[in-house]
Amino acid sequence: MIKKSLAVSALFLGCLGASTAGAETLKFAFQGTLNQLDPYSLNETFTLGALSNAYEGLTRRDENLQIQPALAESWEVVEPNRWRFHLRKGVKFHNGNDFTAADVAFSADRVRSEGSDLGTRINAEVKVEIVDDYTVDFVLPGPNPILHYEWDTWYIMDKEWTEANNAVKVTSASDTTPNFAALNVNGTGPFKVASHEPGVKTVYEKNEGWWDTPTHNLTTVEFTPIGSDATRVAALLSGELDMVYPIPVQDVKRVNDNAGTMALTGPELRTIFLGMDQMRDELLYSDVKGKNPFKDARVRKAFYQAIDIEGIKRKVMRDLSTPSAIMISPFLFSRSGEFERYPYDPEAAKALLAEAGYADGFTVSMDCPNDRYVNDEAICQATAAMLARIGVKVDLIAQPKAKYFAKVLASGGYDTSFYLLGWTPGSFDSWNILENLTQCRDEAGKGGAFNLGGYCNKEVDALKDQILVENDPEKRDDLIAQAFTILHNDVSHIPLHQQGLAWGVSDGVTLAQRADNQFQFRFVTKN
Amino acid sequence: MLGFAIRRLAQAIIVMIVVALLAFTLFRFVGDPVNQMVGIETSIEEREALRERLGLNDPIPVQFARFIKSAAQFDFGTSYQFRQPVSDLFLKRIPATLELSFMSALFALAVGIPMGIYAGLNRESWVSKLFLSVSLIGISLPTFFIGILLIFLFSVTLQWLPSFGRGEVVQVGSWWTTGLLTVSGIKALILPSITLGLYQMTLIMRLIRAEMLEVIRTDYIKFARARGLPNRLVHFRHALKNTLVPVITITGLQLGSIIAFATITETVFQWPGMGLMFLQAVQNVDIPIMSAYLLLTAFLFVSINFIVDILYYLIDPRLRVERA
Repeated sequence: MIKKSLAVSALFLGCLGASTAGAETLKFAFQGTLNQLDPYSLNETFTLGALSNAYEGLTRRDENLQIQPALAESWEVVEPNRWRFHLRKGVKFHNGNDFTAADVAFSADRVRSEGSDLGTRINAEVKVEIVDDYTVDFVLPGPNPILHYEWDTWYIMDKEWTEANNAVKVTSASDTTPNFAALNVNGTGPFKVASHEPGVKTVYEKNEGWWDTPTHNLTTVEFTPIGSDATRVAALLSGELDMVYPIPVQDVKRVNDNAGTMALTGPELRTIFLGMDQMRDELLYSDVKGKNPFKDARVRKAFYQAIDIEGIKRKVMRDLSTPSAIMISPFLFSRSGEFERYPYDPEAAKALLAEAGYADGFTVSMDCPNDRYVNDEAICQATAAMLARIGVKVDLIAQPKAKYFAKVLASGGYDTSFYLLGWTPGSFDSWNILENLTQCRDEAGKGGAFNLGGYCNKEVDALKDQILVENDPEKRDDLIAQAFTILHNDVSHIPLHQQGLAWGVSDGVTLAQRADNQFQFRFVTKN
Repeated sequence: MLGFAIRRLAQAIIVMIVVALLAFTLFRFVGDPVNQMVGIETSIEEREALRERLGLNDPIPVQFARFIKSAAQFDFGTSYQFRQPVSDLFLKRIPATLELSFMSALFALAVGIPMGIYAGLNRESWVSKLFLSVSLIGISLPTFFIGILLIFLFSVTLQWLPSFGRGEVVQVGSWWTTGLLTVSGIKALILPSITLGLYQMTLIMRLIRAEMLEVIRTDYIKFARARGLPNRLVHFRHALKNTLVPVITITGLQLGSIIAFATITETVFQWPGMGLMFLQAVQNVDIPIMSAYLLLTAFLFVSINFIVDILYYLIDPRLRVERA
């Protein structure tokens, strides 16, 4: 695997770099901006990834996303409902303050306070008990085997610093005065934030007092957001920047052909899928009146089999996608190999439609974002063309994400009949999918809030509740596999693919490309 | 003169209020701001609570009244994306945009006027024809295309000039930053200034040329020649001066549009000015930034028009007589 060998060479070069250390500056660009620095203000990959270089959680994830100890040296489940975390001693925040159990308890309160966007990191009913300065207990309302799965992005803040600077309240968009924590960082991580101009430039400096042995050889990192794809690629090709991401799939070849740069590609955790309204008795946007064709699993399966996923992979994604059979990335579920997509078969699809009573097809509108996922609008166009072959006429409504989400999410009243969406489970675990995407919901969105089509199967929901409290990993995977099997048979959704990551890197820079699209400087060496 | 200025001021205020109202009505169609402020897993209840705290559930007239009231006190609220006061953000971005605009206006004038004069005086020479064909490119190619073309030529292929950003900037005074004092800052200004100024340059060149051709044929030029004045005096003292009135009008109005609509150029070159911030705000439905930007733009146009009117007074004596 490319990723493994890169990581190994990163480690190797890291040791080399340490002995021949010079002042190395890494300059990189991303398409979006780092708006503000409060670690609890926005639950979004890029923001959390950028902050991961300065802040740290009790745990962290390595280049292959395996959980590792970070600010906690070890942890144990002392009773089914009581987890004990042993904290690392001698860790200092960037301002020199000591890291202790009080900081953990404080961060647990702050992350669950009003205005925090990361409230899901710790359930509101979990109690935090300080045993001594370096031991913290978490008392749960019930067993939870994945309690710490998202804690690599629950960053620990310094209680003293936050209180002294009047930043206990989480920075919120409804604030009328600027929050100190939105513009300043005081973490324990490998880099300090030297300066931050929102939307313009952020400069990091190496934290000499970091508790871990650095494997990177950087002294300074400069981040610039570059929104325009062409400019971002040009800045890499001209050698002004060492690393830029994402690279548009159509530019991957160009970056590889250019001397001195290469495109690093790999699968991302995000699954792109299609969903159908199975809840309303009549579709909002269709010429079928008085009934809802999507309530019939045969129609859903016909749609599934009409889609030539390999064609989309080749033509639309330029081979930068991995077709998927289930709603979660194969990285995140060990038994995903047991699942197979329904084969592409337009004839079978037509037969299924005829069987369901739609031999002549029907018309349906499809909602699609055009600036959210890799080539999202093009995927929808291809899908529409493929469905036309089985007699289904698709009216495509592709709009910017701001308008798209306003229409299809709960706040817009789930105003869609057929849609494309992408999902990365924040906890890297299947339960998140069963909770958010497939759980039954009512009209207001209580239940599976992002189950836009309103698919509902009580059996799956019962399995979901069992999965939540099952501590035995093998039994748990078995329950998950059962749930995914039902979803597959029901054709609850049409999973399409894992979209690909494409990062542009200059020669001489080695780094680890994590499948969650977080860019962590501690894996970087430059020479 | 004073009465004229006061009338103008009253008109300006009305224009501003109308712009604010129009902008405010439009914002309802750009999408839902709350979805852009939270991660996708945020629950419906939390989204609703945030909407309530932001006052987005209030009736539109209430929201508008609240906005006008604070805007009148130069308080444009807090940016949804950056969680900072909008006025602070604009103060930080204004120097970048103004510097770029003035450099491109300077480029347009310094190159456009001589080219226009030359083409007007020597209309048959091949150089004039070359100027005209080159100027066609400036008029017909879209800005972003010219920008990308320049980047690929001068940054990627030749590697002479940077493709993005402002280079190294120097702090002058309490809030102004300038790139004019460092080598990398000046280098960074070249490509965006040309991109932004190219259209204006060709416009000015064609305008001067046309005016020159017109003026050269008039009686007083013939008369000046008959008086035996040297060509230099005829061309520059008599002819050029009389071509300048429309040029000043156009330059003034164009300066406004350069500042206000530098958006595209700023996006292509990742120039950290107001235009770039505005475009990002539109993508993220950052209503406070969008409304402040539109008001600022309206203010800019109103003031430039005002200044141009005053300049007319100074240049064209006939206007003074008529008004008096």
